[in-house]
Amino acid sequence: MGNFGQLMDGFAIALTTHHVMIMVLGVLLGLVVGVLPGLGAPNGVSLLLPLTFTMDPISAIILLTSMYWGALFGGSTTSILFNIPGEPSSVATTFDGHPMAKQGEAVRALTLAFTSAGIGALVGVLVITLLSSWVANFALRFGSPEYFAVYFMAFASFIGMAGGSPFKTLVSIMLGFAVATVGMDTISGEGRLTFGLRELSNGISFLVVVIGLFGIGELLLTIDEGYKFEGVKAKLKLSTIFRTVAEMPRYWVTIVRSALIGCWMGITPGGPTAASFMSYALGRRFSRRGKYFGKGEPEGIVAPETADHSAGSCALLPMLALGVPGSATAAVMMGGLMIWGLNPGPMLFSTRPDFVWGLIASMYMGNLIAVVLVLATVPLFAFILRAPFTVVGPLIAIICVIGAYTVANHMFDIWLALAFGIVGYAFKKLDYPLAPFVLAVVLGDKAEDAFRQSMLSSGGSLSVFFETPLVATMMAIGILLLLLPFISRFAGAVLGKGNAAEAGDGRHA
Amino acid sequence: MTIRISHAGAMVALALGCGFAMPGAALAEWQPDRPVELVVSAGPGGGSDIFTRVVQAAITKNNLVKVPLLVVNKPGGSGSEAFAYAKDNPDSAYKVYFGTQDAYVLPLTTKVNYAYSDLKPLAAMVSDVFILWSNPKASGINTAKEFVDKAKAAPGKIRAAGAKAKDADETVVTLIERATGTDIAYIPYKSGSEAAIQVAGGHIEANTNNPSESLEQWKAGNQKPLCVFTSERLADKTVVADGMSWADIPTCVEAGIDVKNFLQPRTVWMGKDAPAEAAAYYTDLMKKVMDTPEFKEYAARNVQIVDFQTGDKYKAFLDQQIANYNEIYKANGWLLPSQ
Repeated sequence: MGNFGQLMDGFAIALTTHHVMIMVLGVLLGLVVGVLPGLGAPNGVSLLLPLTFTMDPISAIILLTSMYWGALFGGSTTSILFNIPGEPSSVATTFDGHPMAKQGEAVRALTLAFTSAGIGALVGVLVITLLSSWVANFALRFGSPEYFAVYFMAFASFIGMAGGSPFKTLVSIMLGFAVATVGMDTISGEGRLTFGLRELSNGISFLVVVIGLFGIGELLLTIDEGYKFEGVKAKLKLSTIFRTVAEMPRYWVTIVRSALIGCWMGITPGGPTAASFMSYALGRRFSRRGKYFGKGEPEGIVAPETADHSAGSCALLPMLALGVPGSATAAVMMGGLMIWGLNPGPMLFSTRPDFVWGLIASMYMGNLIAVVLVLATVPLFAFILRAPFTVVGPLIAIICVIGAYTVANHMFDIWLALAFGIVGYAFKKLDYPLAPFVLAVVLGDKAEDAFRQSMLSSGGSLSVFFETPLVATMMAIGILLLLLPFISRFAGAVLGKGNAAEAGDGRHA
Repeated sequence: MTIRISHAGAMVALALGCGFAMPGAALAEWQPDRPVELVVSAGPGGGSDIFTRVVQAAITKNNLVKVPLLVVNKPGGSGSEAFAYAKDNPDSAYKVYFGTQDAYVLPLTTKVNYAYSDLKPLAAMVSDVFILWSNPKASGINTAKEFVDKAKAAPGKIRAAGAKAKDADETVVTLIERATGTDIAYIPYKSGSEAAIQVAGGHIEANTNNPSESLEQWKAGNQKPLCVFTSERLADKTVVADGMSWADIPTCVEAGIDVKNFLQPRTVWMGKDAPAEAAAYYTDLMKKVMDTPEFKEYAARNVQIVDFQTGDKYKAFLDQQIANYNEIYKANGWLLPSQ
């Protein structure tokens, strides 16, 4: 197989001592920027960019991507420990990761997250190794209607799978859309919902929203509940790490499902964020322990983390083949490619196979190194949580404020984050789900752009969403996901006449 | 602001104190003695960002400056954040601003909190050209004439993609519409490369783009250049794809679309009260950057028109540009209501 031979050549390039050292360095730097308040992967990568000017392109991209993997792992760390997601795609990790850490099982939560992330990433790289030439062409088939269909699937899975009141979910999504609307509108070029404030003219940064909703909101809630922060009870046993890794095979169904969702969303333009949310929603629906999701359930960590990282790895391929970056970090790396004299595009694979396959080989290596390194840091991070809440609380507050400020160096963002903190507190108190709100903030404007672009190009006809087999299939799956609760309830009722016990089980869709 | 008085700093203080009494002497001596901010009116990865980072790389690699250079992205308010920063620091000798025509076009269309007069123009280094592209396999459009004919046959049905609304790409499309009497459906995407992919995938008939954004798709056979919006043909004669070079692309006037010269200059600015000797120093520095292999490679890769403009000739060029944009935007109804 041609790809395999080229991959071996790639390993020959990536496995030199020089490059392995670069990977270790990159992962460590990435971990630091991922964990440090507000720095985040895009800033870290752009800080490092000038250093790479004098390196050869392969070493440079290995350094930057390793840093990226490190930062992704670091982002999950803050999600679990402080309920502050460092990246959009690690929001879903907070849902079960943070409750588990609060119950004194931070070591287990971190280990679960890192191990499943590593597995997800490796599956993703494996997929792009095997399908590289096909993926590049497949991505070209995505016009605006197909983009919309992918986002529609993500939303539909979330509404269809949500626990609790569907009306509260709907309210939450709509408020999220409203936040996503703020700022410059791509289609008309006009500002929307800015209230004449120029601070709002570029929209509300997603990071500011989650820092407020999750970080500050959680802080307010903890104070409200009388400082019940169980992290103090955390037992720091190294053996827990090994026991948790050994626990992983038990979740193989969740891992396989999540990796499949992740790869699909990574190859299509859905991306890691949509993948992690969708995987979490489907996990809650199909797992036997689905009703425990949100209370510190292991599968609730495994599902989003696996999908997030497999999508993140898969998404690198369309970026190289099409030259369209999927995230802020990817945009910086692509800028780097051009400065080093490489043009991302379909020809990169034939003109610079050494670069492409060296990079792919380094993804295998980089992720393995990252998993080992982050597992080694688990005791250190878990130790932080053993401090009493009177110490951890102010620490989280500081991280939130600095984090909100460093997003764009705007004082205004701090006030915004505080406001979203109150919103987050109110949501929790009134039992409104936060996840749909966040999903709508992240994907709302993209879905809207795709929808309006489709309408502009079809002259306003909705049939454009059912014109080709590809888009029609995706829309059909989306509608099916949306209706799944009704279908299963209906099926349950019908079957219930014959077999009451089975109806109670309710997993027949 | 406290100025730490070092050797060179003392020169600045002296020059400021004397009200630029001896520019001749200071001109030769002035050098930055602390880190210089290169402020970009775009986010990381954008066209202006890459331009600035190439300048940074060229300066660093060739040791043209002794102090560190920091690239600072200020993309807020379509990039007006960067120029508002210039207004807030009118006399800083350590902040240089990089942008495009946005510096003088933004105040025409949007409420921004700076005026064109808050900026001191240093130079324009290169200019990006615009090309009209199609996907011949999917749309059957091989020439600019075929494009115009199709657009005339089906008013409002032929689509052109571009980056953002009311920006350079949409301006070009409105110019085509006016020159040919057609009605083209303009569909804005987030970036030029996204628009190019839509055409390469056969979802949209045509797009306008800087050459580099569609270059790889041209090589792959998914896109074809129809005409270039310049007064003369491009210079680069190396064959790119289909036996065609950049120089073989007809100008749009030749091809039957009467839109003459539409360029996107890559511009460098300072705050309006920046010390004259600092401005002279950076202008000279940018001139040196033009001669570095890194920058030459960048200009060649992006098929830019290399024309270093500065001084009075440049100021006249800017005035002409602003007048042109005023006219086009007035016709499009894009000007701010107050004007």
